[in-house]
Amino acid sequence: MTDVAQNSLDAPALRPDARGKDNVIIRFESITKRFGNLPAVDNVTLDVREGEFFALLGPSGCGKTTLLRMLAGFETPTEGRILIDGKDIANLPPNRRPVNMVFQSYAVFPHMKVTDNIAYGLKMDGVSGNEIRRRVDEALELVKLGGLGERMPDQLSGGQRQRVALARALVKRPRVLLLDEPLSALDAKLRDQMRSELTSLQKKVGITFIMVTHDQDEALAIATRCAVMNRGMLAQVATPSDLYEFPNSQFVADFVGRVNMFEGVLEKDEQDEAVVRCADFSAPVYLDHGVTGARGTTVWVALRPEKIEMHKRAEGQTPFKMEDAPQGANVTPGIIREIVYLGSETNYEVELEGGRRVKTFRSNLTRYDQEDFTHNEPVWLAWHACSPAVLLS
Amino acid sequence: MSEAATPRPRRERPGPLEYLRRWPLRIMVGGTLFFLYLPLITLMVFSFNDSRRNIVWEGFTLKYYEKAFSNASLIEAFTNSLTIAFATTILSVILGALAAVMLWRFRFPGKTAAEGGMALPIVVPEICMGVAMLVFFARVMPWPQGLPWPANLGAIIIAHTSFAFPFVATVVRARLASFNRELEEAAKDLGASEWRTFWDVLVPHMQPGLIAGALLAFTLSLDDFVITFFTAGPDTVTFPVKVYSMLRFSISPEVNAASTILIVVTVALTAIGLHLQNRNAQKTKA
Amino acid sequence: MEQSWRRAKAAFAAIALPPLTWLLLFFLIPLAVIWAYSFGENTGPVTIDLTGTFANYLRAIEPIYLEIFWKSILIAGLTTMLCLVIGFPVALAIAFASPRTKTWLLMLIMLPFWTNLLIRTFALVAVLRENGYVNFALEWLWNNASWAMTLAGFQPLGEFEPLKLLYNNAAVVVGLVYVHLPFMVLPLYSALDRMDRSLMEASLDLGAGHLRTILLVVVPLAAPGIASGVLITFIPALGAYLTPDLLGGTDSQMIANVIERQFKRANDWPFGAALSFLLMYLTFIAIAIQTTLQRRADRRGA
Repeated sequence: MTDVAQNSLDAPALRPDARGKDNVIIRFESITKRFGNLPAVDNVTLDVREGEFFALLGPSGCGKTTLLRMLAGFETPTEGRILIDGKDIANLPPNRRPVNMVFQSYAVFPHMKVTDNIAYGLKMDGVSGNEIRRRVDEALELVKLGGLGERMPDQLSGGQRQRVALARALVKRPRVLLLDEPLSALDAKLRDQMRSELTSLQKKVGITFIMVTHDQDEALAIATRCAVMNRGMLAQVATPSDLYEFPNSQFVADFVGRVNMFEGVLEKDEQDEAVVRCADFSAPVYLDHGVTGARGTTVWVALRPEKIEMHKRAEGQTPFKMEDAPQGANVTPGIIREIVYLGSETNYEVELEGGRRVKTFRSNLTRYDQEDFTHNEPVWLAWHACSPAVLLS
Repeated sequence: MSEAATPRPRRERPGPLEYLRRWPLRIMVGGTLFFLYLPLITLMVFSFNDSRRNIVWEGFTLKYYEKAFSNASLIEAFTNSLTIAFATTILSVILGALAAVMLWRFRFPGKTAAEGGMALPIVVPEICMGVAMLVFFARVMPWPQGLPWPANLGAIIIAHTSFAFPFVATVVRARLASFNRELEEAAKDLGASEWRTFWDVLVPHMQPGLIAGALLAFTLSLDDFVITFFTAGPDTVTFPVKVYSMLRFSISPEVNAASTILIVVTVALTAIGLHLQNRNAQKTKA
Repeated sequence: MEQSWRRAKAAFAAIALPPLTWLLLFFLIPLAVIWAYSFGENTGPVTIDLTGTFANYLRAIEPIYLEIFWKSILIAGLTTMLCLVIGFPVALAIAFASPRTKTWLLMLIMLPFWTNLLIRTFALVAVLRENGYVNFALEWLWNNASWAMTLAGFQPLGEFEPLKLLYNNAAVVVGLVYVHLPFMVLPLYSALDRMDRSLMEASLDLGAGHLRTILLVVVPLAAPGIASGVLITFIPALGAYLTPDLLGGTDSQMIANVIERQFKRANDWPFGAALSFLLMYLTFIAIAIQTTLQRRADRRGA
């Protein structure tokens, strides 16, 4: 009895921390969705945990929106089950599911004023008039729209309309809030502001957020965990930094951030060191960790531009040596072919001996920094033994 | 083996907005189509029925078609109707296109009045227009009697054009609204005269609207009974007027046969028109 | 955007003169003549004096004619309502069907609209008349029921009396609905088809069922489409001539039938002209009401 009383006092939806962070709140079990014969979502199994800000990331047409819409109830899975709090929701129509959505177009009802928009969901649930007024005011304050309650949607800016959509969904205290490309319709400056606001809003209300986005910057900046999707399938599920630093495939390495990719053959693979030989440069790629692949397998070496150092090279000089790699490894000569000055940094494209071009950049640490390197200048490119990611697929 | 254990769903549940997959709406749509088509289909089917009573199927026959085809006055009415429809279509497309270009292109004093005037024939009840035409051709501008065919149809053609061309104007004007003025400026920039620009740029853009308008004018003319009823003299009978007077005596299978022919003609013409329009739309898209 | 007519006088004249002349000569002048006649008097079998009398209008508002006007409005109103009630769900279903099905259903709704009005009405007569298909089907059912009753040991039902489905007011309404349904479905369809689906999804997502979503979101947003559907059904239904003429009984005459009688049989053109103009004024009032509502809705939306 006391348990029940405690729970209702706790306003459970707003205090999910009480339940423990590792509770699985949403479970997709072998979900497949086909439109005709085309699979939009292909055998996806995925858990989302209580309190997460989860991002579904992928290029357009990868099935991320379809997955979200299946959760909301706007599409029905062809195969598989979706569980919320352990219960199969296949038989629940959208209006009876404990999730609410912020639509890409915001879908704010144009014929209702702001307060009526926000109150709509509560009215549908039969909440009493006083309670509605109190909660609508609360929600307006939460999204910083206090004083705009009497406005009609067409008297609001795009950003304000989005806040209405957010308030309208949050006021229902859903178990999970779904956001479909929430920032795509905002201009660049507003987008940056909304990013941080979304993060703090999620922390404040403590509700689990699931966001769909095609913008990897956005996912890395906001989400606590991301699922990268490609052609209807899950490519990788990880925290933003793991996605960036430890991608599991060429697709993920390429989709999240910029990367230089080299095909090579695994020559040596031991507990704490490995060597890959790539056709693009004469020097071997030395790694200070094992890769767990058979000798002779084809692998791909992914090198992020910011992890490549650039040093001056002169004829007859002894080759540059990386301190954490054997002589001659992780260093390759090249010639600068392209320079793009971006203000805070300068991008370079360096042509290797085999003709392959490599992207790198340098922060402009001093005012004249970018003038150190010029067109057609010979340089050494070098990287640390822990920098390259070796991908088996 | 474990594959076989997972039950394959028999049919996917309808999505929330797939209203057509819900049975109450299916019944609604099916019932409506049944209501719309039952009379027409029975009429067509029973025009082949070998029975005068026209209700129990007695066997297949074409004799009512033979009768209809040998009924000289019916054939004459049918030819009249088609002639009137063709003439009306040509006049309406020309006048309608001009009216559309005028309202779309120019700013002039009394434009609102002109727009209102163009809308009038669309909204004025048929019966009012019918009696106005009756009086006009009886008192103001009597159409000479006894003219040779097809000049004797002039009054009806004029009346039909009066109500059909504003419809064409509306359709063409809607099409013109999507015209990109820069195309016209580009043509002039490249050295085309006003007249060449009109023919090379504007008319091709209007074409789908012109086809749709022509189709509309043709059907409106072929369909019209009320206005013709008031305008037609005793020697200028159109098909609907003829059918109407036949109905006054009795419902004969002959009328069924003639109606079936008219339905088939209209459906075929509509199909051709829509096909032309589609092909055109695809061509402009490509 | 638009060009002043002064800057291209020759082109403007070439373009504007034909349609404007035609409109004036073959539409406005005939209407003006009728209007003038409505203030005239019959002075001989074919002569009408334009005396400026209001007698024709006074006669038109005598109870007997007022009743016919009222009845016409009622019948047209009922027709419009039935078309709306039937047409809305149909339009909704079509608007949310798959593209292929949508094209076919629209074609099927349009097709009767392209076929001749007289033929359609006549086809309906054949279905509804005393020895038509509806009565034929009912008779078959009746006889079977009767036979089943005898099997069950009851008295057989009496002789089948064919229903009088034609030549009454109900038949007129059925006929008008039959003829005007496509007029209602098409504007409704285009309004619903244009609507932002995510608004409906948002409503469902926020906990409203389908009925409440339709009432609270779809209907208000589709209001302009509904209004134009109502208008384009109501106007032709109000001035309908053929349907009441072929399907109606002696007591289901509508205004158009009365007007026709004045011109073709009673030969009282001035009175017929007055009735015509009253019908036209009614039509204009309906349009004005719709325009005002529309403008008010626009202002609320804008």
